[in-house]
Amino acid sequence: MAEDALQSVGMGTGPAPGPARTRVAKVTVTEARPLRILLIAITLGFFALFVVLPIAAVFVESFSKGFGEYLAKLKEPDSLAAIRLTLLTAAIAVPLNVVFGVAAAWMISKYRFPGKSLLITLIDLPFSVSPVISGLIYVLMFGGRGVLGPWLEAHDIKIIFATPGIVLATIFVTFPFVAREVLPLMQDQGSDEEEAALTLGAKGWRIFFQITLPKIKWGLLFGVILCNARAMGEFGAVSVVSGHIRGMTNTIPLQVEILYSEYDNVGAFALASLLLLVALATLVAKQIVERRQHGQDGQSGKTGT
Amino acid sequence: MTIHVSSVSTLSDGGFFATRAASAVSVIASNAPVSVVGITKRFKVGGPPAVLDASFVAAPGGITTLLGPSGSGKTTLLRIIAGLETANEGIVAFHGEDITNWPVRARGIGFVFQGFALFAHMTVRRNIAFGLEIRGASEPEKRDRVDELLSLVQLEGFGDRYPHELSGGQRQRVGFARALACRPKVLLLDEPFGALDARVRVELRDWLIRLHETTQLTTLLVTHDQEEALELSQKIVVMNAGRVAQMGTPSEIYDHPASPFVAAFVGSANILRGAVTGRTARLGALSVSLPSGSPEGAEVQAIVRPHNVRVERNAANNAGNTTATVTRLIGLGAFVKIHLSLSATQDITVQLSRGQADELHLAVGDQVIVDLTDAKVFVGDYSI
Repeated sequence: MAEDALQSVGMGTGPAPGPARTRVAKVTVTEARPLRILLIAITLGFFALFVVLPIAAVFVESFSKGFGEYLAKLKEPDSLAAIRLTLLTAAIAVPLNVVFGVAAAWMISKYRFPGKSLLITLIDLPFSVSPVISGLIYVLMFGGRGVLGPWLEAHDIKIIFATPGIVLATIFVTFPFVAREVLPLMQDQGSDEEEAALTLGAKGWRIFFQITLPKIKWGLLFGVILCNARAMGEFGAVSVVSGHIRGMTNTIPLQVEILYSEYDNVGAFALASLLLLVALATLVAKQIVERRQHGQDGQSGKTGT
Repeated sequence: MTIHVSSVSTLSDGGFFATRAASAVSVIASNAPVSVVGITKRFKVGGPPAVLDASFVAAPGGITTLLGPSGSGKTTLLRIIAGLETANEGIVAFHGEDITNWPVRARGIGFVFQGFALFAHMTVRRNIAFGLEIRGASEPEKRDRVDELLSLVQLEGFGDRYPHELSGGQRQRVGFARALACRPKVLLLDEPFGALDARVRVELRDWLIRLHETTQLTTLLVTHDQEEALELSQKIVVMNAGRVAQMGTPSEIYDHPASPFVAAFVGSANILRGAVTGRTARLGALSVSLPSGSPEGAEVQAIVRPHNVRVERNAANNAGNTTATVTRLIGLGAFVKIHLSLSATQDITVQLSRGQADELHLAVGDQVIVDLTDAKVFVGDYSI
């Protein structure tokens, strides 16, 4: 159940929760002791059963035939190709979404224009729509019988069942992460500092790099981390457009699924363990960035005497 | 009691309005550091105007205040002058040059924001040097200028701090230093003390007067605080609902308000209301005789400042006198505030010096005679 394990650490197909911005309030205990113990036991038991055990299982299964076999499985050409494709996809999707996300957040927070609230709603579309649909959108657009299919075929451009399709689907699915992180920051901070820079003689790019970017950098980094995690772990949308061609159009999650369905447990779990490591690294990075972000929030309080 | 109105007060600065109507060119040609002609701004096409046909000329080398309640368009007008907003109609001119369509950075302005708008991730020093850096100043140039400004705003030794390590008053002084760094020709202040508490506001007000004496810069100040306006300005432009309601020196505005709005907004005022019936108007206990031709049924307001009401125990029966009952006495140090009721529905507030009040031996419930001859009477929006 590789996919279950992935989902349980937040890299599956469901929408990722936003960062926890609230600080823990001072706790007052109101429950009786036995109830407290029961609640804690339920929480820990649930956590152990559904999170810790599956994660442990992935590693146990990966190393069940020794470290040598684990490495050998990772070095199989198809697996290596999947790793390469996943890295390539993330390397294209994440930077593009940084640009799109920041641009969208900038536009929404700084300008008044008709259709603005519609745009804000549409940014969330990839989160609210099933990933299968996200993939199908591109099949309908670029597939053989799709809107642009015949034209693409005539010009010998392959999008569906090829790398471009996978990248497009990934971009679509991961679009909201950066925009969603950066937008509230920009809206909160308003454009006072940008206007101040303007009155001091600064032009657009200088204002962006010297004033806006430093204000949003931690939020942006947070978005990038989540965006990257999802870009590497996306299954549903990519599965629809990929065609599952081994060594060609399989990303890590797709390859894991194929290996698992062929009873190659060690191979499947070895690859899955890579995604799991990315997930754990993401959580650690998220924690660090979140702390920095709070530190910065504390500093930028505007009023006071 | 009856008040006979004999003098007809004139609209302050009426001469300016007359020339403006003649042509915008003459105003621009006036060569004033800042002049604004017929500015209109609507945020939505066909929507209500934020600023409507506003015109004024700033006092050269002085502080000109745009005073008005919130929503009166004063901040919008200032932002149009800065170039941070664009007007739908009208002209902004600096020193006789039409700069309506110039970009912000070409205007040579310094802008101070209500919320400070300091760059949170930069030290005080870098904040102040930001404009110099853009203009390509050398390191020693920047250092000298920043040092000079830090001492001007009395923040020597704070250069390496970050904005969040400063108090509100200190932050706003950094805001001033940053705005002054590039030697602007005009200083624009948007409610600069609005985010500070009362004590700091008053301190910074005195500080701004001294700063202005040193820099002698033509300054436009936006505020809703009439005390601030009266204390700081050489010239006040009172705004209401997007229009210029009156402009003039602080004493012109205070002593000769051109409309009931200005009278009520600048300084405290008692307002007695009634309507025109023939050649008189009854405003409760007060009766006013009006010049002929006053439109029947039009609203009449008599406005009198609390310190312009005379209170006496016994007085000759004069036309402006009426009796009143003391309902409340409030001692405020050097002054005593007295609430009087003229009738069941008409109350006024009177301010007397402690000496005057002591002589009268007032107590709640006493009958006194009040003299309202100093009341200013308006028919509709016009003073008579």
